[in-house]
Amino acid sequence: MTHAAVAASAMRPPFPAERGVDVYNKKLGMWVFLGSEVMFFTALIGSYVILRFGAPGPWALPGKVLNIPVTAFNTFLLICSSVSMVKAYAAIANGDQKWLKIWFGLTILCGAGFVAVQAYEYTHLIHHGFLPSGYRDGSELAELAAANPVMYGQAVAGLYGSTFFTMTGFHGFHVTCGVISMLYLYVTRVLPGKYTKDDHAGVEVVGLYWHFVDLVWIILFTIVYLI
Amino acid sequence: MSRLKRLMSWLTTTDHKRIGLLYFYTAFVFFLVGGLEALFIRAQLAQPDGHVVSAETFNQLFTMHGTTMVFLALMPLTASFFNYIVPLQIGARDVAFPRLNAFSYWVFVLGALLMNASWFTGPLFHAGRLNVAPDAGWFGYANLTSRQYSPGPNIDFWLLGLQILGVSSLAAGFNFIVTILNLRAPGMKMMRLPVFSWMTLVTSFLIITAFPVITVALVLLMFDRFFGTHFYLTSAGGDPVLWQHLFWIFGHPEVYILILPAMGIVSEVLPTFARKPLFGYTVVVYSGVLIGFMGWGVWSHHMFSVGLGPIADSVFSATTMLIAVPTGVKIFNWLATLWGGQLRFTTAMLFAIGFIALFTIGGLSGVTHASPPADLQQTDTYYVVAHIHYVLFGGTIFGLFAGMYYWWPKMTGRLLSETLGKWHFALVFVGMNLAFFPMHLIGLLGMPRRIYTYSPDLGVSTLNLVSTIGAFLIGVGVLVFIWNVWRTRTRGQTAGNDPWGGATLEWTISSPPPVHNFDVIPTVASRLPRWTKTQLKAIPEGAKLAEIHVPGGSIWPLVTALGLPVLALAPLSHRLPFAFVGATIILLGIFRWAFEPFEA
Repeated sequence: MTHAAVAASAMRPPFPAERGVDVYNKKLGMWVFLGSEVMFFTALIGSYVILRFGAPGPWALPGKVLNIPVTAFNTFLLICSSVSMVKAYAAIANGDQKWLKIWFGLTILCGAGFVAVQAYEYTHLIHHGFLPSGYRDGSELAELAAANPVMYGQAVAGLYGSTFFTMTGFHGFHVTCGVISMLYLYVTRVLPGKYTKDDHAGVEVVGLYWHFVDLVWIILFTIVYLI
Repeated sequence: MSRLKRLMSWLTTTDHKRIGLLYFYTAFVFFLVGGLEALFIRAQLAQPDGHVVSAETFNQLFTMHGTTMVFLALMPLTASFFNYIVPLQIGARDVAFPRLNAFSYWVFVLGALLMNASWFTGPLFHAGRLNVAPDAGWFGYANLTSRQYSPGPNIDFWLLGLQILGVSSLAAGFNFIVTILNLRAPGMKMMRLPVFSWMTLVTSFLIITAFPVITVALVLLMFDRFFGTHFYLTSAGGDPVLWQHLFWIFGHPEVYILILPAMGIVSEVLPTFARKPLFGYTVVVYSGVLIGFMGWGVWSHHMFSVGLGPIADSVFSATTMLIAVPTGVKIFNWLATLWGGQLRFTTAMLFAIGFIALFTIGGLSGVTHASPPADLQQTDTYYVVAHIHYVLFGGTIFGLFAGMYYWWPKMTGRLLSETLGKWHFALVFVGMNLAFFPMHLIGLLGMPRRIYTYSPDLGVSTLNLVSTIGAFLIGVGVLVFIWNVWRTRTRGQTAGNDPWGGATLEWTISSPPPVHNFDVIPTVASRLPRWTKTQLKAIPEGAKLAEIHVPGGSIWPLVTALGLPVLALAPLSHRLPFAFVGATIILLGIFRWAFEPFEA
């Protein structure tokens, strides 16, 4: 506000700018941000791999502690949201306001649904005695593990809880941030019809983030739940 | 302008030049704080069985000295030049995301203040002492940092402060990558980019890839300390060596984050004062990029004493020796730039030449660490301390001082005094060698680092005294620099556009530059626009010129940044409401930030 007046009299050049990388600033910024996110999840998943292979005992068998069908449904939900995001982008790229509203809204619904199911999963697990520090003493899981130490990976329950809650928690946090940002865009830009055929950078940039978060989940679902 | 309005204009500024100055002054204050901590350490070690500080305070001093110098002094000092100089060098009006830039700065200040608050907040934690500063060394090895062995708030301050500082560095990294890739003036092709801007680009890539790794390391530590997870606890199957891997996967790129900008500065200063283009520009750029890549493959040389086995040790030994090659290439290019040039020994030039000499010594002792058997002998002795100070003081700080003398006239419009500058250089150069050279010998004679005192029987008393004298000489040199800066405010010679006859775009405009930098964005036709005849394309007669949009200020980056330390108060004080308050501030800040009209 203070500098604007100073500069008002000066002039911009008529020359085109240097070509750059042919990606507009916001999108390039998102790509670079996702690059650092890749490193974040790589470090997280790498730590998990190291801890699991170096652990003093085998992990609990898949499906013993975690509920695979519920999370498989959740995975399906998230993949659907990626599809609807693509459809939303395709709609606005054709200048179609109506279908942008529908598909973008569906994406938000699926994302929010994912967070809700994950919240349900966490409360359920904690109720059964699965904590970041392992199986809670005297809980249902602790008793099962005492009866079947190998099947429930009793020796490494602490590591199991630590890695499970940290990795899925950080992913859930990312989904939540995505849902909040999309909700913001929906209310301030999509519903008032501010995106047009030529100007829909917001949809594209948030879409990049959303697809990345989905991709991470597919890896996490495989290595945390299925193997 | 009233005083309040002036304050607000600084709090809300998104001008890359003002942010650069803010970075400079703040980081310099922390440089003095870190220096003071070093002087306390040296005072304690001046004589055997010293009693200047207690053992506990000594631990806090060396931890905070390292952390402060790396994260609060050197990185932000380089960031100050990124901010001020890079947009000028590439012919841009500002950075790509001006408000994100302001956000980076405010997060840095607040994170730094939070971490340093630990010096005075002992009573709040019923610690029975005033200072509860971090005390597990700047690389905070597990399991020294676990709740069991560090029950107080010391480590909490460290890990929360570093998390916040990481946000600042990451945001700056995104910003400068996009700026340098997308905001170049017409004709400023990548291979016409000044070397300093090139090294900024490489450094930014290292920042955005290395900082997420330490974020994960700190997150796991935080969960261990607060939520009962078992990542680093051996008793529960966790792995303390995992911390070392994560820390050094970040930590080794980090040393290149510290040195590459200084190499960039030196590559600007030497050609200007030798009146010769940089020898082998392309090779200097490519070796900088190569160092950036290879910096990822050497981290385990910090961990030879862990016992990773012969294969890992051999591989990391080989990669470490290999990375000396591109570094050596740069040194020969700088020497060849000087060869046959018309040398002008200004202070900036002296510091740049000092950089080459001292960094070479530090590089050579670094190569000795590359051999695992030799390294086992050197690990955790003063030999390592000598090495790191030759590369980070003799290297980075000399490079930064060269940059300060070189760009000070551009940033303030006045030249620093050359007479005082030469005193500054002489004192720091002699002091630096007196302080750090004996440490090679002290280390080889067997004195371990990080021990608060030593016995007279060890036979290192004289060497330690010499080292202390050197450290205080550096202190005097820095005081001369401060005096120089102070008197330059009023008595310094005015600079004009180009006091040195530099070749790059920043010298085409007035000092200090106007808010919008360039009245007309220059069109670049060569690598050294001011040294080539066909320098700047003229504007065609009667061309239609558009208006310049200079972004106005915004308070929301500061507000959003304020949310982070508030959020950190929650784990620090074990009071959940702070988390909600902090998150609300951040959400509100981001919401308003996104909502306000802002021309970028």
